[in-house]
Amino acid sequence: MSFDVLVFLIQQMMFFSIPLLIVALGGMFSERSGVVNIALEGIMIMGAFIGVLFIFFVQNANARLNAQPLLLVALLLAALAGSLIALPHAYASVHMKANQVISGTAINMFAPAFAIYVARMIRTVQQIPFTNQFYIESVPVLGDIPVIGQFLFQKTYLTTYLGFLILAISWILLYKTPFGLRLRACGEHPQAADSVGIGVFKMRYIGVMISGALAGIGGVVFVIPTSITFDATVSGYGFLALAVLIFGQWKPGRILFAAFFFGLMKTISVAYSSIPFLSSLQISGSVYKMIPFIATLVVLAFSSRRSMAPKAVGIPYDKGSR
Amino acid sequence: MKNERSFLSSFNGMGVLSSVIAVLIGLFAGLIILLLSNPSQGFAGFIIVLTGGFSDLFNLGQVLYYATPIIMTGLSVGFAGKTGLFNIGASGQFTFGMYAAILVAVRLSHLPGPILCIAALLAGLAAGALWGFVPGLLKALCNVHEVIACIMMNYIGMYLVNYLIVVTEIYDRNKNMTTSVPSRVNLPTLGLDTLFSAATTGGAVRPSSVGSGILIAVITCIFIYIILEKTKFGYELKSCGYNREAAHYAGINEKKGIMLSMAIAGGLAGLGGAMLALAGAGRGIKVVDVLVPEGFMGIPVALLAFNNPLGIIFTGFLIAYLSQSGFLLQRLAFAPEIIEIIIAIIIYFSALALLLQGVIQYFMRGKKQKMKVTAEESNGESNRGDKVPERGESQ
Repeated sequence: MSFDVLVFLIQQMMFFSIPLLIVALGGMFSERSGVVNIALEGIMIMGAFIGVLFIFFVQNANARLNAQPLLLVALLLAALAGSLIALPHAYASVHMKANQVISGTAINMFAPAFAIYVARMIRTVQQIPFTNQFYIESVPVLGDIPVIGQFLFQKTYLTTYLGFLILAISWILLYKTPFGLRLRACGEHPQAADSVGIGVFKMRYIGVMISGALAGIGGVVFVIPTSITFDATVSGYGFLALAVLIFGQWKPGRILFAAFFFGLMKTISVAYSSIPFLSSLQISGSVYKMIPFIATLVVLAFSSRRSMAPKAVGIPYDKGSR
Repeated sequence: MKNERSFLSSFNGMGVLSSVIAVLIGLFAGLIILLLSNPSQGFAGFIIVLTGGFSDLFNLGQVLYYATPIIMTGLSVGFAGKTGLFNIGASGQFTFGMYAAILVAVRLSHLPGPILCIAALLAGLAAGALWGFVPGLLKALCNVHEVIACIMMNYIGMYLVNYLIVVTEIYDRNKNMTTSVPSRVNLPTLGLDTLFSAATTGGAVRPSSVGSGILIAVITCIFIYIILEKTKFGYELKSCGYNREAAHYAGINEKKGIMLSMAIAGGLAGLGGAMLALAGAGRGIKVVDVLVPEGFMGIPVALLAFNNPLGIIFTGFLIAYLSQSGFLLQRLAFAPEIIEIIIAIIIYFSALALLLQGVIQYFMRGKKQKMKVTAEESNGESNRGDKVPERGESQ
């Protein structure tokens, strides 16, 4: 494999790994607080929809916004939309003690239908196109560093660095602040947390809202580098993020590695035609598209026996059982 | 609490009422969205949502046609739900069953029609069972949560079928879908299609797509009901769902139970796919990267029926009715996705059974008992569709 192919693979891998990283970190906040969040897929779609719709309107109005500020505002809106759509899930899971998988499924069904419905009512077609003006050919100064510059600071997006920033903040928040300790306590043993005066309901709401915001951001981060229109789908990415979370054992550092692993699988499934060795095999694209999902099953089959899942995840907290 | 396992006891008023309220809330939300998106035609659109399926016999026939596959996927989700598993993989099982049926029907064309039809149905059943068995196996032996495994199997099934359709040469390049099944292999319509038909302006009769599939679906529901409620085998599977440890203690092989239960659930979805392929309405598998919606529609069907196989017949009809109304809504330039929004809201509120039951109790018992539910009830009800399959029989 030549060096150019390796550089290409790593640059591509970032496009697929970073959204997985961000969304899986989002899932981590929810599950560490004790709420299963299977709605990540739907929340990503919602975030991507709002973010891309905003970009579409701004670009069509010929507003003079520079590319990177526009992207940041879109990400902010996506985060808001994501946490807003996560709110009903939090309400059902925390207050109503509902089955968390079912309320998540409802959101997964709602989000694409809503995105298509609104898009069709606005534009009669369900696709929302956008001009990709966010691409960074080379980061000044850093892009000139040999090797590392090529891997990390060329042909990239602002969102890549945002992903690493979110990772750092998540790690600090989870392990180095009282908030993180409380959040983890609510996911492990909510009765104990409650007995020392931690508001379990409040912490779980916050956990789900953070996961909504991050999944919303993740939606935009996924769509922008890999597409030129938004078609009310993130192709199962939210579910893959869930697998990344489990494979990453609910820990930020491991989630990073899991995200890179799945990102690489996804890169192969998308970019196989640009990799000389793989394209010479003449295998149908459908086979490569299966790879990330098969890899997920295999990895889970081996890693689920000694699962480090938060002890109380998925179990509604009932004060009466203290 | 209640010991009789009769039709009525599992269909008790509280459950039906909370499902009805969930549907009403969903419809009300739909009305608001219709009004917001087009104030002048919102009410007209809502009337179509309510009455579209009954507007003539043709539309009613289409409702029955749509109901057939989603009754089967609903039964698949419901059966797994009764045994404590959440089968979100009906979509992949359905697609795989549909593929196997089309493969048999198209490639084994030397067999006589009726035998080929039965062979195709069995192939669909087996393919779906295989697709359901894998998550069951992973759950039983490797402790992989069935929800994650099923989701992955959905995507693997979709891509694999897209690949196999081309490789096994049942691909129609012009339509980008599977080749059509020879009409002699199709399920007999038994005259249902002309019974449910509408006269067109030219005086010709426009038959609907309904056929004997709906009868097979109903019979399958009754069959599954009997297995679950009247046989030792069904009791063992259900006891795994109620309490896995207790089942193990009582000498039931719960690992085998999980695998069997997922395989049967998958087989039901696969059979549904086969029946749709053989319905003679021109439905095949499109070679696109989209999961088949029928699989996910099984979830609200099963939820609203509290996983009761007999209830699923009615809730399947209800969801199909809404889908047909959504189709008719396009006359008023509304996007049919409004129906999916309504169904999503229905699913959400049926997950809130506790809230709805609180409301019902509040009104039924007067204002003495406030909107709170006792602790043991909340434990049972919160696991709706998961650990406690039937309301009123728990604990």
